[in-house]
Amino acid sequence: MGSAAAQEQAPAGVTLPIYMDNQATSPLDLRVLEAMTPYFTSKFGNAASRNHAFGWEAEQAVETAREQVARLIGANAKEIIFTSGATESDNLAIKGVAEMYHERGNHIITQVTEHKAVLDTCKRLEKYGYRVTYLPVKADGLIDLEDLMRAMDEKTILVTIMAANNEIGVLQPIREIGRLCHEKGVLFHTDAVQAAGKVSFNVNEDNVDLASISAHKIYGPKGVGALYVRRRNPRVQISAQIDGGGHERGMRSGTLNVPGIVGLGKACEIAQEEMKEEGRRLEALRDRLKQKLESELDYVHVNGSMERRLPGNLNMSFVYVEGESLLMGINDVAVSSGSACTSATLEPSYVLKALGLGDDVAHSSIRFGLGRFNTRAEVDYVAAKVVDVVKKLRELSPLYEMVKEGIDLTKIEWQAH
Amino acid sequence: MAYSDKVVDHYNNPRNVGTLDKSSTEVGTGLVGAPECGDVMRLQIRVNPETQVIEEAKFKTFGCGSAIASSSLATEWIKGRTVEDALAIKNTDIVKELSLPPVKIHCSVLAEDAIRAAIGDWKKKNGAAEAAAAAASAQ
Repeated sequence: MGSAAAQEQAPAGVTLPIYMDNQATSPLDLRVLEAMTPYFTSKFGNAASRNHAFGWEAEQAVETAREQVARLIGANAKEIIFTSGATESDNLAIKGVAEMYHERGNHIITQVTEHKAVLDTCKRLEKYGYRVTYLPVKADGLIDLEDLMRAMDEKTILVTIMAANNEIGVLQPIREIGRLCHEKGVLFHTDAVQAAGKVSFNVNEDNVDLASISAHKIYGPKGVGALYVRRRNPRVQISAQIDGGGHERGMRSGTLNVPGIVGLGKACEIAQEEMKEEGRRLEALRDRLKQKLESELDYVHVNGSMERRLPGNLNMSFVYVEGESLLMGINDVAVSSGSACTSATLEPSYVLKALGLGDDVAHSSIRFGLGRFNTRAEVDYVAAKVVDVVKKLRELSPLYEMVKEGIDLTKIEWQAH
Repeated sequence: MAYSDKVVDHYNNPRNVGTLDKSSTEVGTGLVGAPECGDVMRLQIRVNPETQVIEEAKFKTFGCGSAIASSSLATEWIKGRTVEDALAIKNTDIVKELSLPPVKIHCSVLAEDAIRAAIGDWKKKNGAAEAAAAAASAQ
């Protein structure tokens, strides 16, 4: 397995280690860095300084970025609020709406595979007396619109459902969700972190009222994001969650992170220009990886819908092999696993469990996150490496041996510990 | 997570991987853990009936690198020991040898359980075999 000699043999065009975890974060595009650099040094002004050129220059840069972000998602620049990232955007959207509309109702609807930034925010609101419905997902990771319709009542003020899932990459039917919400006069927030800049996402066509965006998932810098807040049909109001100097139309106080915002804007501009071609390329790479793994290994399982999915995401379970041991064998490739052993809580991925997969399948999962800078040579290297390591680990796996002998693992009385 | 050199070594070169004939009276099999928990160890021993020495030990493990290393090490340690000596191995010895961090202590516990289960299985078989032999001679 991963011997030192083997690790040094990288084929032409492949530099180790390979980064293939682009749903966790993505490398900064050098064009983005170039756009940001002056705002760290010579153009360091505070965008809120209204009385000198340093401030005007910074403000101008921020407004350009606002336009770039708005254009990517089909919004108006005035509808974009800059934040420290999508976790803050999710918090601001959900808590901000809950507080602003509490007289109208106290019911919020979300679903079980949301990011923790949404789930934990909803849990906190439950402590404050809000009622939250967590919709289940089907085996393909998508919610059932009928469930959503049934869950809505006269007290529902907000539906928050992600556009694309960070672990399994599935694309929720946000357009239909938004339409249902608008029919009922309910606001619709979507965590669009994984979708914006990767797949077509338009706040008007998709009937979205609030949307969270992050820079570092689209080859921008960490620590900056945005929240889209609809201003017309309907006009959405949110209560600020950070008090201070009244920046961002009073919705988010705090001196603006000008270089970060410039980076987010540039990242959005590039994404808009290159999304179509990049999507096609990543989808082809992703399918190549999938095909190679499926053709050479038995007992592999794709987690989540393949039809409605981000182009760069592949989440696969290599059944009878534990995820962390697989990661250890492919330690020159950066991917992530839904295995309990790789999580802080020692619990397997709640997203995979929500699909109805057994814990054992969740323990065996690997997320491959392909991005802008991955190449075909890298995909081939990763596929070969994974096949090799899975085969070796299966030689070590008592479960694989038992299954091969025709033993039904579900009939064994395991001693859970 | 950073692994100790010894864990990496056992992971890269696992010792005594394999399967013994579990129907043999000389063989004891321990299967511990559960797939839902992310680790299952199967440890097998072949005991010399005359000397009670464990002459062969084999394992297969579904689990993280530390679980694989713990069971690999366990087979190394029990080989050549008598059954009673093997029972003296404690999970803390494995933790120490492999420098396992606190979150991986359960891997060593599982390895100790596997040793005990394999020996227990062997004892059960041979206790039963002796009883059968005694019953046969009494007739």
